[in-house]
Amino acid sequence: MLDFSILIEYFPDYMEGFLNTIQASLIALVGSFILGTIIAVFRITGIKPLQWLGTAYVEFIRNIPILIVVLFFYLGLPSLGARLDGFQAGTLGLTVYTSAFIAEAIRAGILSVPKGQMEAARSSGMSYIQSMLHVILPQAIKLVIPPLSNQFINLIKNSSVLTIVAGLDLMYFADSINGDSYATVSTYIFTGMFYLILTLPMSYGSHVLERRLAKSS
Amino acid sequence: MDFAGAYSPENLKFLMEGLGMTLYVAFFAIIFSFVIGCFAGVIRYMKIPVLSQVLAVVVEILRNLPLLLIIFFVQFAVPQISFFGIQFKFTIPVGAIIALTLFEAAMISEIVRAGLNSIPKGQVEAARSSGLGTVQTLWHIVLPQGLRRMVPPLVSQFISLLKDTSLAVIVALAELMHNAQIIMGQNHNYPIPILLLVAMIYFVVNYTLSLISRRLETRTV
Repeated sequence: MLDFSILIEYFPDYMEGFLNTIQASLIALVGSFILGTIIAVFRITGIKPLQWLGTAYVEFIRNIPILIVVLFFYLGLPSLGARLDGFQAGTLGLTVYTSAFIAEAIRAGILSVPKGQMEAARSSGMSYIQSMLHVILPQAIKLVIPPLSNQFINLIKNSSVLTIVAGLDLMYFADSINGDSYATVSTYIFTGMFYLILTLPMSYGSHVLERRLAKSS
Repeated sequence: MDFAGAYSPENLKFLMEGLGMTLYVAFFAIIFSFVIGCFAGVIRYMKIPVLSQVLAVVVEILRNLPLLLIIFFVQFAVPQISFFGIQFKFTIPVGAIIALTLFEAAMISEIVRAGLNSIPKGQVEAARSSGLGTVQTLWHIVLPQGLRRMVPPLVSQFISLLKDTSLAVIVALAELMHNAQIIMGQNHNYPIPILLLVAMIYFVVNYTLSLISRRLETRTV
């Protein structure tokens, strides 16, 4: 049933898609972490317009499918005068979508740091941004790591939507391999294995990490 | 951008038909995945030998695969496999419901298992020592308390499911996103108005769900 000659014959195609999936996921990870942190800080500054902006962003993005975000960059932007290829639009969409979830995780982490920490930092003469960077964020990051690692697994899985905008990811190459070989079952089982190579170790790692952090606190 | 053209009566009607299909598929997938997920979660909580280990492997694999792959596989690869001479073929909506159910049941089983595990051991010991059987303890003591804690993660899983139905565009299921894509293909001035409208539709449905969940949360705690 499982035809290994497919794996051997189309290995270069699998590899190209695999590497593109990793690349898109890494770019989106870094981008969504930066964007997510900014949004999270917006939501807790106490400056009302920034707070509203952050809340609206997170609530809106979290409640719509990722496909809409990706299609906005792929089909919507050209009518505003910017043309992106499938990989760029897909990665950008992935970044924006994931940033909303990361913002929530980081906000929860920051809020769980006791208030006295900020007050102590401020009264020893640090500015708001300094106390954020040197006192609050380093403590929050420990609580944020488990949900963040889950988000990264989701990110890798979600990167498969790139295939809908011809983003040259693993699923996209699977489609072209399938079109060439007609061995649908084998083609997609191997594709699934490539995804599992990425996600299973991360999932296992995050379990271990979670247990260790739970023990240490 | 052409808002008036994009929001013509036929287009709106076509989108509403898509929404109908989205809700139809999501409704059945929610019910089936909840039932299957509960059974799988309870089996793993009770550590029933063999069955529990097999489920652990299946759940871990399903949870770590992209849903897009599962939807595609169920629709196009499964009909090519013969299970002891029997071949399964589904219509597109049925295939989408099966794929969504498989994936979400795996997610829900983990929520159920975590919810049951969060009930203090003393509760189980107390119930057992006052003469309740294993199943009675589960039914009368652990499940009622556990279910309450499961409500928020379950609702957010159902919201994910509703969003995830949009991935069935890959098998051309005639749901909201698919119909939106057809309309957007008619005219290059349509994408932004249509995407905004479709985003608002998903947002309203999902945000309502999350408000209900918050209401339930404050009431039960």
